[in-house]
Amino acid sequence: MAPSSDGPPASYLRTLDCVHCGLCLPHCPTHQVLRIEADSPRGRIYLMRALAEGRVDDAEAIRPFLDRCLDCRACETACPSGVRYGEILEDTRATLERARPKRGVAAWLTRTLLWHVVARQRRLRFLFWWLRVFEVLGLQRLATALRLLPAHVATLAPPVPPARERRPLRTGLHRPAEGTEVRGRVALFTGCVMEPLFGRVNRATLDLLLANGFEVDVVAAQRCCGALLVHAGQPDRARQLAAANVRAFRDADVVINNAAGCGCALKEYGHLLGTDEGRRFAAKCRDICEFLAHEGLTATPRPFHGRLVYDDPCHLCHGQGVRSAPRELLRQVPGVELVEAEHSADCCGSAGIYNLLQPELAAAIGERKAAEIRACAPAAIATGNPGCMMQIDSHMHRSGHSVPVRHPVEFLLPPP
Amino acid sequence: MAIERDLTRALGPERVLHTRDALLAWECDGFTVLKSRPRAVVLPESTTEVQAVLRLLHAAAVPFVPRGAGTCLSGGPTAGADAVVVDCSRMRRVLHVSTVDRIATVQPGVVNLDLTAAVSDHDLHYAPDPSSQSVCTIGGNLAENSGGPHCFKYGMTTDHVLAATVVCPDGSLAHLGDPAGPRSPHGLDVLGVFCGSEGTFGIATEITVRLCRNPPEVRTLLASFASMSSACRAVGDIVAAGLVPAALEILDQATIRAVEASVYRAGYPENAAAVLLVELDGPHEVVGEEAAEITAFFRKNGALQSEEATTPDERKRLWKGRKGAFGAMGRIDTDLYVLDGVVPRTRLEEALTKITEIGRRHGVTLSNVFHAGDGNLHPNISFDGRDPDATARTIAAGHEILQLCVELGGSITGEHGVGGEKLDHVPLMFDDDDLEVMARVRRAFDPDGRCNPGKVLPQRHACAEVAKWPQMTAEVLGEGAAEGGQ
Ligand SMILES: Cc1cc2nc3c(=O)[nH]c(=O)nc-3n(C[C@H](O)[C@H](O)[C@H](O)COP(=O)(O)OP(=O)(O)OC[C@H]3O[C@@H](n4cnc5c(N)ncnc54)[C@H](O)[C@@H]3O)c2cc1C
Ligand code: SF4
Ligand code: SF4
Repeated sequence: MAPSSDGPPASYLRTLDCVHCGLCLPHCPTHQVLRIEADSPRGRIYLMRALAEGRVDDAEAIRPFLDRCLDCRACETACPSGVRYGEILEDTRATLERARPKRGVAAWLTRTLLWHVVARQRRLRFLFWWLRVFEVLGLQRLATALRLLPAHVATLAPPVPPARERRPLRTGLHRPAEGTEVRGRVALFTGCVMEPLFGRVNRATLDLLLANGFEVDVVAAQRCCGALLVHAGQPDRARQLAAANVRAFRDADVVINNAAGCGCALKEYGHLLGTDEGRRFAAKCRDICEFLAHEGLTATPRPFHGRLVYDDPCHLCHGQGVRSAPRELLRQVPGVELVEAEHSADCCGSAGIYNLLQPELAAAIGERKAAEIRACAPAAIATGNPGCMMQIDSHMHRSGHSVPVRHPVEFLLPPP
Repeated sequence: MAIERDLTRALGPERVLHTRDALLAWECDGFTVLKSRPRAVVLPESTTEVQAVLRLLHAAAVPFVPRGAGTCLSGGPTAGADAVVVDCSRMRRVLHVSTVDRIATVQPGVVNLDLTAAVSDHDLHYAPDPSSQSVCTIGGNLAENSGGPHCFKYGMTTDHVLAATVVCPDGSLAHLGDPAGPRSPHGLDVLGVFCGSEGTFGIATEITVRLCRNPPEVRTLLASFASMSSACRAVGDIVAAGLVPAALEILDQATIRAVEASVYRAGYPENAAAVLLVELDGPHEVVGEEAAEITAFFRKNGALQSEEATTPDERKRLWKGRKGAFGAMGRIDTDLYVLDGVVPRTRLEEALTKITEIGRRHGVTLSNVFHAGDGNLHPNISFDGRDPDATARTIAAGHEILQLCVELGGSITGEHGVGGEKLDHVPLMFDDDDLEVMARVRRAFDPDGRCNPGKVLPQRHACAEVAKWPQMTAEVLGEGAAEGGQ
């Protein structure tokens, strides 16, 4: 990636924004755990800059440090110089992947799964059907016992919900119940993992919007957001999905999503596609909490009596700058005592498929997160991203402190 | 590669890095002009491990460089191509806290602010507060004798360190100072010599520091001025009246604008030529009286506006801009040269005028943020390090500014050290005899000149065979320019 005649790539120029002050270091979860300069934002930016300048002999030598990055963007929030770390990382990963696709079974599986299954809703649903059968028959435990499955995959894999919960939302327009004043119409982005794994969250999101007076269009032709592909250094494939989504939501004024990772990716379509269309689409995307906090709740949520910890998903607080909206909303739940855990904005270690690729580090980061939440002795935990919900649940469970981990919308629903 | 093998055997493969490309990350500190890739990096976790490492390096006659968080601004932890970096970042345990004696013993990699966080439940804190305090380590602070905004009232690191366990370059152990404090008679004050030795005497592996009680009340005042001179005169008045605020900081307009454009936005008025940040602490009545007096000085010197923060959140906001200032300067250009000169407080105004003039003459972009109470200036030059001409002009302007500080009766460094950056400036302050005495002290700790060679003392006074710093700078710069600029 030597600077070419038509100027160096934009992401290289972004590396120059870093003045090496180090103020991002204490905010980086991997640096906190490892305390290795090359595993800090400052170090990674330095390595990526050197790579772009042609000063790296063997890119494979620096790849482990980039692979260990969670892409959580905590460094962006902390950086006084305004370094756009995510763009640098994603572009560099794409360059590396193009130059030399990663080898090994894990890499192949990742690529195949991401493109051929996750990005295709029907196949994904089919996979989950199999996983459910697998689980009901107790095959998973058997496989783990026989060491066919790595232990971390088995412990992390959440129980697959029964078919009733995996059922996709009916596509098309949903209208608020008779008698509810209609305040507007929004389109709903349902997300590829949210659908089969957390169908209940999608249903809650839909019901919540309806109860608060919004017509909801569950657009049929939508696809996976492509975030995982971007993170894995496959922006070309992600672009195909992005273009399809831009088309699918052409007629919508507001596109609501409820998964921070997807939401962040959707809002970055402008950068990904590099077109005005992409930028226009990005500008109409809203996280569900961001949207409702702005519009205001008209339906009083069902009471919840107890301590509730809200944990910031990275791609919501760092990626989209949404911090106060979920808190404002949750505080309106009658009876709730909203408590702040230490370092709430630190990554939980889930980060897309990170916990599958970097199990040890993800576990160390997850354990830190769980310990800080445990210190608050909550009755429940709210967080707005499927990966975070799974990771936090798994680490709370592992430490023997299982409490319900829910999406904020689940606390905001009015009584039935 | 024998030494790499032996180190790996001692620490395990995960804590010894020697792949050339990976080592790029340790190529520089906050002074990005100096770049050099070390031979290897090791990450010990205990005094015993540091001893094992230094014994191996001693036996193999390999030079080494201690490193903390790498926030140094003078190239202190940057290592030559033949040297091994001993990175203390993983030595991050607070070993012992006594709330009765108000002392703490820590490993050197403990981050300054983490120490304060660890004792805050007892209403205590560690007073020296470099603006990098959320990142820099106690080991680095000790080596640099670091200061910070609150050092005007509370003193520099040297006033807060009571004892240190040091691994000498040959791997032997020395216990310097006494946790009971400087008043316990203890022979020569070797700890005093070690403090500020910039990593050239050995590696501190356990450090005992004094903790301070949190003041009952703290108030932060901010005033903005239409000219830098009036801000400086306000400082002069405050000090002349015998007041000793906990901090007295000035930011100029370029800095204000960079900060206000960043995530460290503090609400400083962007039309002001300068803002003055004053912090008062102590008993409630005293703070109130002093605040009134200082506000009067603001008014007398024609302050455009002033505000007072009393809640922790408000105070934090006002300080945030100051603490993020250097980083925010990254918005101006790709690289930042943070200078660190001292002038007598009475000549602040004159110094700043002349500095502006020097900047103009060399055609460089200057901004100023400084500890006004101590006359410790930080003129910052923003430049593009890939441009050899711009870099040369930056270095030349920097040189002239430091020369000016000495001429005005000040010094070439207040707190950031000499490192590899100011070797050429040292002779401005010390003659050959002075330097020879310093070199002798250094040889007493490090007879073979293997501990952070080529730093602090200019070439002819350091051990001849290892002091190739200036040449190395030139080579690396040349290399960087050739690659980056195509
Ligand atoms: C944004 C920013 C703001 C800053 N503000 C201030 C400020 O207000 N005041 C101030 O004084 N400085 C300031 N600095 C400079 C810097 O933070 C200090 O010099 C700090 O003490 C360096 O600590 P470190 O842990 O980063 O050490 P490093 O940069 O890693 O090393 C500094 C020196 O200490 C030596 N060293 C490190 N650990 C040890 C050890 N265990 N034993 C022996 N030697 C060791 C190294 O060899 C090196 O010479 C600032 C820097 C930045 C980037
Ligand atoms: S805070 Fe920003 S400028 Fe400073 S080292 Fe980190 S990325 Fe670079
Ligand atoms: S994105 Fe997260 S893990 Fe990666 S460097 Fe930034 S803070 Fe660290």
